[in-house]
Amino acid sequence: MAGRAQPVKPTLGVSAAALVAALILAALAAVALRAEPGRGLGPSDWAALKFTLTQACLSALISVALAIPLARALARRRFYGRSALIALLGAPFILPVIVAILGLLQVFGRSGWINTALEALGLPAVSIYGLHGVVLAHVFFNLPLATRLILQGWQAIPAERFRLAAQLNLSSTAMFRLIEWPMLARAMPSALATVFAICLTSFAVALSLGGGPKATTIELAIYQAFRFDFDLGRAAMLSALQIALTATAGLMALRLARGEGFGAGLDRPVQRWDGDTVAARGLDTLCIVLSALFLLLPLGAIIGAGLANLLSLPEVIFRAALTSILVAIVSTVILLLLALPMAMAIATGRGTLVELSGILGLAASPLVIGTGLFIILRPVTNPADWALPVTALVNAISALPFALRILVPNTRDEVARYGRLALSLDMAGAPFVWRVLLPRLRPQIGFAAGLAAALSMGDLGVIAFFAGPDFATLPLQTYRLMGAYKMDAAAGAALLLLILSFGAFWALDRGGRWHAEV
Amino acid sequence: MKHLFFAAGVLSATVAAAETPELTVYTYDSFVSDWGPGPQIKEAFEANCGCTLNLVGVEDGAALLARLKLEGENSDADVVLGLDTNLIVAAKDTGLLAEHAVMAEYDLPVEWNDSTFVPYDWGYFAFVLNADADAPDSFEALAASDMKIVIQDPRSSTPGLGLLLWIKSVYGDRAPEIWEGLADNVLTVTKGWSEAYGLFLEGEADMVLSYTTSPAYHLIAEEDASKKAAAFDEGHYMQVEVAAKLAGSDQSDLADQFLTFMVSDAAQAILPTTNWMYPAVLPEAGLPEGFETLITPEKSLLLSAEDAAATRDEALAEWLGALSQ
Repeated sequence: MAGRAQPVKPTLGVSAAALVAALILAALAAVALRAEPGRGLGPSDWAALKFTLTQACLSALISVALAIPLARALARRRFYGRSALIALLGAPFILPVIVAILGLLQVFGRSGWINTALEALGLPAVSIYGLHGVVLAHVFFNLPLATRLILQGWQAIPAERFRLAAQLNLSSTAMFRLIEWPMLARAMPSALATVFAICLTSFAVALSLGGGPKATTIELAIYQAFRFDFDLGRAAMLSALQIALTATAGLMALRLARGEGFGAGLDRPVQRWDGDTVAARGLDTLCIVLSALFLLLPLGAIIGAGLANLLSLPEVIFRAALTSILVAIVSTVILLLLALPMAMAIATGRGTLVELSGILGLAASPLVIGTGLFIILRPVTNPADWALPVTALVNAISALPFALRILVPNTRDEVARYGRLALSLDMAGAPFVWRVLLPRLRPQIGFAAGLAAALSMGDLGVIAFFAGPDFATLPLQTYRLMGAYKMDAAAGAALLLLILSFGAFWALDRGGRWHAEV
Repeated sequence: MKHLFFAAGVLSATVAAAETPELTVYTYDSFVSDWGPGPQIKEAFEANCGCTLNLVGVEDGAALLARLKLEGENSDADVVLGLDTNLIVAAKDTGLLAEHAVMAEYDLPVEWNDSTFVPYDWGYFAFVLNADADAPDSFEALAASDMKIVIQDPRSSTPGLGLLLWIKSVYGDRAPEIWEGLADNVLTVTKGWSEAYGLFLEGEADMVLSYTTSPAYHLIAEEDASKKAAAFDEGHYMQVEVAAKLAGSDQSDLADQFLTFMVSDAAQAILPTTNWMYPAVLPEAGLPEGFETLITPEKSLLLSAEDAAATRDEALAEWLGALSQ
């Protein structure tokens, strides 16, 4: 494949990947070089590693296992409000951590709705605190993403395949074996690796819901090394460990996810004739209702808590909201400039290294990246003056892995389908990109841009390092309100953040969908 | 002609700006926030100093020290404000700080005569609970009860570290035993104060580790008398927040002027209802109304800076051991 002529050149994508990798590794190196000799990794660090791996594996397995039936139900059912539901399901993923924790506790906490109901029924209370609580929260965050990634796989199956299957009168089982399983075998590993990588860097969720220091993750160990011991060497080592783990998971996923696509179709809306039995209908309905309840109840709690305070928010909050919107826009533009060429490079066979550098953004601890960039920038300039571009850039890089997961499969398929035709028509390069690739990737570009904008809006990220007096984002101001005892106002600000994040996600994701299907 | 005047105006403005000295103060983020003391302190100080005060917020006390170490001798900071007694030794060891020229009569429950660090406010750590609940009067009583508490992780939060030293200074070698007794009372541990307090206000726990002054916030700012602090007979550990001048500052006199201002009436009167701590020097007008309702511990506990530094690693190991089982 590598030797064949390709409709797009990988040069741009390879440069973008090199840039991303250089930035992250330079930040890590800056921290490591600034280190004085400290103690190496101790037993407590290995315990942290063990807990981190356990919770990340469990969270990834459970999220993806639940996502499969949900994605299947969403793929084969058409009902009123379906697309709204799919969009709403994305909301937990883009919530700021602390807000999500408080929302989850409203439902699952000691005095939450479930325990109140149990108490009313005379049943013993259930505790959310412990490993199961950590996994529950991670599934809450990541089930929607896993579902969207797998649903995308379903939607990449051309409608003609299902027609043929129906004409051949294939049973549900046969259809699963011949059409759906090969698709899942391609889609699952990357969904698993993505969720695993996200959970690997979890800290506040794991600690607050884990019930104590047993739930120490590597990210917390980095925090301790940095703040409690000021041992930069250990912080850099732990961060490198985190990156190595993510890279390994990513490489494994890439290896497993190889395989041919489904070939071209006529882009007709998918119609299916299977799954019409009562049992199948019941199962799908159950999947959809239960997942919707699980994901939407905590959101409802957040909306309920914030609504009363939304309109009485001080003016500075709205100013911070404007700053956040600006950061989100810049960040989304940077993301697309990086992700699209990289996706094209991967699609034309320059896979592994480019993919790998795309994953780095997930693995790198924000604390280490922030510190590293600070060390690099300070001798040259006042870091506070660079708050906006640095925040936007780091946010874009951390959204990059998701964007690639979303863009790569379809880019690869489009290149495989239309590449030869384009070459024979002598329209390789820019014309192919503008007239074939980008228009056909519109839904994926919209989804990726929406996700990036929303994540950037809600992410506290590296802002803590660079925030000057005049540059405060909405998440930062929300934390500040909480730090000043103003929990009610913080709930209002959190709701505003949710509305903005979700609004950005909705608008971009919606804008990308060019026919009625998601 | 108009343009000329305008140009002249702009020019002289830039010249004036260049001549106005700037004082850069690194402090924790909640100090500079719109709801903290920062904005009022800046206004009050700038009214008389003929200078510009730059308040730069850095997360919290521990992150502040880390930032100083990162920047080393080239730091832009003239003053660092917001370290606590547990960080004093590490801060002094950097060799980046200079002696101050502040003379003040402190109203602290402990003796204070440090030539580097100027205390500007202080508070007692305490567990805060609903006013209608029964409060335990010691850690042992708490351990024997079935009350659930939320605390902060000492590795990422200064109050969390304060609790470790509180128990250590009351119980000494018995600290591990006390922690084992408390293990089933600890509902969960959070990254920072905000998360813990938020959990408590949501009704997740019966008590949260905070300050004796926390009920004053609810009373004064929200006219809500529903919170109180549990008074422990064995005493309450203190947090003393301090500021210091950097040796590398090019505004040494102005830095001293600022430190003196921080313990003056003007600044001290701002702190109780913005930082929700006790003033280090009681302002002439006394404490704000509402503070008289707070508990006043009979015993004030505070390890010396050297003891705190020497104890913290051991205390952390004991805490991890007791709560990780």
